[in-house]
Amino acid sequence: MALTTYLEAIRQGIWEEMERDERVFVLGEDVGVYGGAFKVTKGMLDHFGPERVVDTPISESAIVGAAIGASYLGMRPVAEMQFIDFISCCFDQITNFAAKSRYRWGAGVPIVIRGPSGGNTHGGPFHSQNVESYFYNTPGLKIVQPSTAYDAKGLIKAAIRDEDPVLYLEHKYLYRRIKEELPSEDFVVPIGEAAVRREGSDLGIITYGAMVYNALDAADILAKDGVETEVLDVRSLQPLDENAILETAMKTNKVIVLHEACLTGGAGGELAARIAEKAFDFLDGPIIRVAAKDTPVPFSPPLEEYFLPQVDDVVDAARKLLAY
Amino acid sequence: MLERKTVSQTKTKRSKISKETKRQLLHYMTLSRRIEHRIERVLYRQGKIVGGVYVGRGQEAISVATAIHMLDNDIVAPTHRDMGIFLICGVSERRIIAQYMGRKTGVTQGKDGNMHMGDLKHNIIAFVSHLGDNVPVAAGAALTFKMRGQDNVAFCYSGEGATSRGDWHEGVNFACVHKLPIVFFINNNQYAYSTPIELQMPVKDVADRAPAYAMAAEVVDGNDALAVYESAGRAVDWARSGKGPYLVEYKTFRMTGHSAHDDAGYVPKELFEEWARKDPIERLQKHMIDAGELTAEGIESMENEITAIIDDAVDWADKSPYPDPEDCLKGVYHEGR
Repeated sequence: MALTTYLEAIRQGIWEEMERDERVFVLGEDVGVYGGAFKVTKGMLDHFGPERVVDTPISESAIVGAAIGASYLGMRPVAEMQFIDFISCCFDQITNFAAKSRYRWGAGVPIVIRGPSGGNTHGGPFHSQNVESYFYNTPGLKIVQPSTAYDAKGLIKAAIRDEDPVLYLEHKYLYRRIKEELPSEDFVVPIGEAAVRREGSDLGIITYGAMVYNALDAADILAKDGVETEVLDVRSLQPLDENAILETAMKTNKVIVLHEACLTGGAGGELAARIAEKAFDFLDGPIIRVAAKDTPVPFSPPLEEYFLPQVDDVVDAARKLLAY
Repeated sequence: MLERKTVSQTKTKRSKISKETKRQLLHYMTLSRRIEHRIERVLYRQGKIVGGVYVGRGQEAISVATAIHMLDNDIVAPTHRDMGIFLICGVSERRIIAQYMGRKTGVTQGKDGNMHMGDLKHNIIAFVSHLGDNVPVAAGAALTFKMRGQDNVAFCYSGEGATSRGDWHEGVNFACVHKLPIVFFINNNQYAYSTPIELQMPVKDVADRAPAYAMAAEVVDGNDALAVYESAGRAVDWARSGKGPYLVEYKTFRMTGHSAHDDAGYVPKELFEEWARKDPIERLQKHMIDAGELTAEGIESMENEITAIIDDAVDWADKSPYPDPEDCLKGVYHEGR
């Protein structure tokens, strides 16, 4: 059976939901004729027509605002940010209109806002960011990031079927690098469930997105020293699978929280705090965060490489932690 | 370029407006004013209303004589001086007063206050304080009408101040590019909080912005209920017949401060005096009396009827419970199936 890329998995997920449910439609910049900057919506215009594949002006607020308005009338819009960096342009629509709508007046906003995030592609400060923290402090939003092709498809389907606004942060570094065989039947990955990617009892690395692979590579290196590392992919930051996180912490007693977003104010602080509050008695060392440097995402390859958390950074942190 | 009409061109055919419609306009305008008066000048001062109070005193004709054109399944995105829209759409006076009092029986069950209310059962999208944000959202509703081939219209309201926001322009541009069935009703009351219009925009009229979007537009006296009614009818017909968006700018004046705590000391007194003479309710009453469609007794009985409605609503709201503190946690996300 053919292997499906992470990118194609997202496309298939949206496509199948559009076939399954006529309320689902996509809108965004260049999503129609061009098929999207990364081709996530390729072929959709021809197949579904311009009513359901809406090319928009360069107006992120209008894209998300229109998605909200359509959702009030029962539609299931999937809004694309050409690069997730541009989501700052529609911060207000997301955080004030969409996120608070159900709470304020009972009007749910079942929309998906998706787009390519993350670095390691030399995209520079405006085509490489990880934006989850900007939104993590806003109740009412759900935030997911898949790391596998299976999750990419299962989570986009779950997001489209969800009754609340979901930020679906796909990692562009994984688009064509990650592939696997996918089931032919319909499936979803429930939002809010973490996945253990590797089992171990000496050390736990809790992570998500592209950093799952850095964690797995670090685990391979550590295994040569006889260290059994558990890698937990949280997959969903909001809602967070707190039980899974605490289980990994209680089982391994030594925890690294790893993410590609900048360190300060990043989601890692929240994960670490939950573990410290609820699993303190089980810890044999400090919870260590490994994350990107506190700078904008630099462009030049040596700078970006320095900026991003590398496998060696994870291994170094692990050795320090294991020394406790 | 689309035809742009001006005040002088909007000659009325007011003889064609039925007596019954005029009565309805007068009823809802008076009800709006009285309910807001009770809220701002009585209940707020009695401490029964917490938080901000923003009223549409002197601007009632705009909300009422436009929204009265709504048909079943049309959608409306009001702004914060549009009490009349809620009343016309059938939101009960009881729930409205309870909303201002922060009660569980209010439109938002205490989750939000004052004009921050909406109800999709009544086709009303709740506004957010970030002015202009409702424009892209209303455009999305209009996009849905177009996708479904539904001949409905989105009624979208903004003050002149909101037209300075980027979201306003993004929403209008999007709607015009896609030729959506939407009408932008601009309530130009000449002050955005304390900022006069000349510090808000370099153009004379908000309608001057319309040609940049190839949008039909007109400027109308917003204190003339019948002119508002007719212009709104034209605009809504235009949008409903698939010709695309339409903007109507209503010139009016905010006969009050920005909110209950603002004495509007920055507004020259003469302006208040000048606009008091143009009061939309008194003008409609005079027109109807002159036309033999209303009597002094008729006005009195309408006032009495409205007072009874408001008394009942205040009494009911005041007896309504506050939300339980734990309700704070409810409704952030979808619960159950």
